[in-house]
Amino acid sequence: MEWEVVIGLETHTQLKTNTKIFSGASIKYGAEPNTQACEVSLALPGVLPVLNKEAVQCAIKFGLAINAHIAPRSVFARKNYFYPDLPKGYQISQFELPVVGKGAVTIQVPAVGKNAAYEKVVNITRAHLEEDAGKSVHDLKNNGAVEGMSGIDLNRAGTPLLEIVTEPDMRSAAEAVAYAKKLHELVQWIGICDGNMQEGSFRCDVNVSVRPKGTEKLGTRREIKNLNSFKFMQQAIEYETRWQIETLEDGGSIQQSTVLFNPDTGETRAMRSKEEANDYRYFPDPDLLPLVITEADKARVQADMPELPEAMKARFEAQYALSSYDANAITTSRDLANYFVAVVDAGADAKQAANWVMGSLAAKLNAADMSINDSPINAQQFAQLLKRVGDNTISNNAAKQVFEAMWNAEGEVDGIIEAKGLKQESDTGAIEAIVDEVLAANPAMVEEFKAGKEKAFNALVGQAMKASKGKANPAQVNEILKIKLST
Amino acid sequence: MINSSLKQLGDLLQAKKISSVELTQTFLTRISQYNPSINAYIALDEAKTLNQAKAADARIASGNAAALTGIPIAQKDIFCAKGWQTTCGSKMLANFIAPYDAHVITQFDAAGAVNLGKTNMDEFAMGSSNETSYFGGVKNPWSFDRVPGGSSGGSAAAVAARLCAAATGTDTGGSIRQPASLCGFTGLKPTYGVVSRYGMIAFASSLDQAGPMAKSAEDCALMMNVMAGFDERDSTSLNREKEDYTRDLNKPNLDLPLKGLKVGLPKEFFADGLDVSVGKVIDSAIAEYKKLGAEIVEISLPNTGLSIPVYYVLAPAEASSNLSRYDGVRYGHRAAEYTDLMDMYNKSRAEGFGAEVKRRILIGTYVLSAGYYDAYYLKAQQIRRLIAQDFVDAFKQCDVIMGPAAPSTAFKAGEKVDDPVAMYLQDIYTISTNLAGLPGMSVPAGFAQSDDGKQLPVGLQIIGNYFDEARMLNVAHQYQQVTDWHNRMPDLDKPNLVMPEGKV
Repeated sequence: MEWEVVIGLETHTQLKTNTKIFSGASIKYGAEPNTQACEVSLALPGVLPVLNKEAVQCAIKFGLAINAHIAPRSVFARKNYFYPDLPKGYQISQFELPVVGKGAVTIQVPAVGKNAAYEKVVNITRAHLEEDAGKSVHDLKNNGAVEGMSGIDLNRAGTPLLEIVTEPDMRSAAEAVAYAKKLHELVQWIGICDGNMQEGSFRCDVNVSVRPKGTEKLGTRREIKNLNSFKFMQQAIEYETRWQIETLEDGGSIQQSTVLFNPDTGETRAMRSKEEANDYRYFPDPDLLPLVITEADKARVQADMPELPEAMKARFEAQYALSSYDANAITTSRDLANYFVAVVDAGADAKQAANWVMGSLAAKLNAADMSINDSPINAQQFAQLLKRVGDNTISNNAAKQVFEAMWNAEGEVDGIIEAKGLKQESDTGAIEAIVDEVLAANPAMVEEFKAGKEKAFNALVGQAMKASKGKANPAQVNEILKIKLST
Repeated sequence: MINSSLKQLGDLLQAKKISSVELTQTFLTRISQYNPSINAYIALDEAKTLNQAKAADARIASGNAAALTGIPIAQKDIFCAKGWQTTCGSKMLANFIAPYDAHVITQFDAAGAVNLGKTNMDEFAMGSSNETSYFGGVKNPWSFDRVPGGSSGGSAAAVAARLCAAATGTDTGGSIRQPASLCGFTGLKPTYGVVSRYGMIAFASSLDQAGPMAKSAEDCALMMNVMAGFDERDSTSLNREKEDYTRDLNKPNLDLPLKGLKVGLPKEFFADGLDVSVGKVIDSAIAEYKKLGAEIVEISLPNTGLSIPVYYVLAPAEASSNLSRYDGVRYGHRAAEYTDLMDMYNKSRAEGFGAEVKRRILIGTYVLSAGYYDAYYLKAQQIRRLIAQDFVDAFKQCDVIMGPAAPSTAFKAGEKVDDPVAMYLQDIYTISTNLAGLPGMSVPAGFAQSDDGKQLPVGLQIIGNYFDEARMLNVAHQYQQVTDWHNRMPDLDKPNLVMPEGKV
């Protein structure tokens, strides 16, 4: 039987606000335990929550970015359960009436093997505001506390989150990862999340089920919790899918449950089953008024909205005549797109700029695990390099050497060209002289060419380039050689 | 001096006829004499209190005194006060020293008032007799074998016994008005949202409201001037312009001070369940109002009977969640020994909470549970709106509503403690105003004789429309100009041996 995997994601996006969602405490990452836990974070008797307007603006921004329905009235609810790092004994979240309703995200699924790349729309069910819990620290050896005891750090308690829930629209690990990456880019693009997965700013729970291909009914799902890298997500989904199919084919059944992915073994393991699940006793939080969002509120946020990636991609295709592929690649991040635009604005050819930025520069940045903002080559210098290629001062090959030198901070474009003697020979007379010498010195090759061996032509070009110590403009060499050989 | 009004005390202080230290010491001396038997206070800290009195004297000397500067106020132990033991009447918080001030405490501090101590109360404000307090019951100063009412029983006894100049209370279902009725003083529960709940330990968030407990309407007005006002730390606090609650006390000053006032008497408040002796006192108070020029209108609040069942779904639902934070993890009671996390939760909460609190947590958890939520919580919310609508309709026919604040006079300690439903019925006339968010008062209206021949205070309830506190205070104040029930004091050395002399 052929199986189909069905995947839906729930993503906890930490919002880039200055303070917590219901108090004035800082949310800066990495502070000493409990130094960012005010009386509200500690849930002292008598404290009350006050909604952070910045967090609401982030939610509206996201809703607008995915073209979603934004609720004119949404309600905060209490999700009740006991856990030591949940200081109030309930989490303030949204349940029946979330702030963001149905929307959609368009993803590009990359080519895998012989399957071509394709575009797909993933529907968003809802996105709601909620507070994060604190952290339980079970290994206190290095923190000066008593070994064998658990510590509670409430710095994170109350950090604003936007939980973004998709429909079960994805049909492969590749689609799920493409969606997660797209969402990751989008929330950073619109400036509501720093996207730092290591620090937990962007965490995905993945619901996976399988069903016989062609059937409608959804299989029983298992939820893989807290995936904090795309690589792990891919591995976890692939493992989970295989496990579910094998289990069913062996005559077993799937129990609805929550599972954890172990990166060391590459396996998923059940944490708790549905039977053990809590009854969260959701009810509207009487300490908070319903959240009212007016058309004017939305308009204010819209006015602050940057150009979105889809719009920018379309503009790049039209304005710079970039291919859809290039325009898409350039608009995967706002910083990258800004860099590209700066290079073009500084006078570089757009097509060349796209090739270089997505090619050599991207490769270097990836290898060094650096972001575009950390690039040692600024946009002005990059444009200068491309202009020197464009005006035939240097060859493409020489440009690669210059780029290498610039990456290593050896100086500016023209200085490097000068110092390395990379200036291209474009003087027709000089090139003719070199070609004449080469023809004279290699009569055998000339004979071979005239006998119909095309390869000999390339050998002659090579000789001419060599004779010019690589400085001759290869196009000119080609052209002159062709003329000389045909006469 | 102990029977002086806040206005009189303020005048004496500002004329430097007495110092705040002297006045405070007078009350502290009375407290040390009578509190051991009455048990109105949970926490006292003479040094802290006298330091505040000294600071108040300095402020008066510098000419910056406000109306309540230097006046000793008792604070219900539901308000967090920095450096003070803040227990909410529970073993759970018996060891809790608040590290911050409630908004109400901040307001009194800013006014220069002196914090005399933290008053006893039913555990987490759940009770109508003060008998659920971990720190023991409180005696009704009029008859030591009786309860003071609850949950603000400590504040009530302290005001009645003149162990403070005035006190704060909170009222979730009647916890200011019922004890005010049972102890014979003036208490006001303001419109929901008028006094910030920040730092006031939550019982049922959508119903809890702090208010003054004092001898007279005038005293309550002065207390309200300190307590009321917008606080951005409470999302349910109403952002309204600051008002002077004394402004209408004497308005209009005519031969018939309350001429044209339409007083609605809900027939449901005078039906079965009301003690005949209490009803008689209320009738005579109404007669007095007629003399003052009021016009009596019979009205109906048809859903009154549903208020108790609705309340005992909604309040426990909210409480079950509000009290989840008392888990023994960060502060408060933690069991001495436990095997694992769940055992620690179970033991800490089993040991830290009393029976009534546990009962309400269980009810609340039940009504919010999957499968029961719609039938209980949601249905109760719908009925709550009907109850509020009853009042909207009623206020089309009248300016204020009057009736009894409690169905009986103070009952004997232990009498209802094993019968929760009988106890809950104590709040039959007060709960509906909490559900509607309306302001309500209890005003001393006379005394009724108990079965064993004791004379016990009776309170007249005045319910106003939203934000109509100033008018209610006027209505009460005018009554207090022609009666002296509010000035009656129990004889603490011979509680209730002498029948108080009535002027009316």
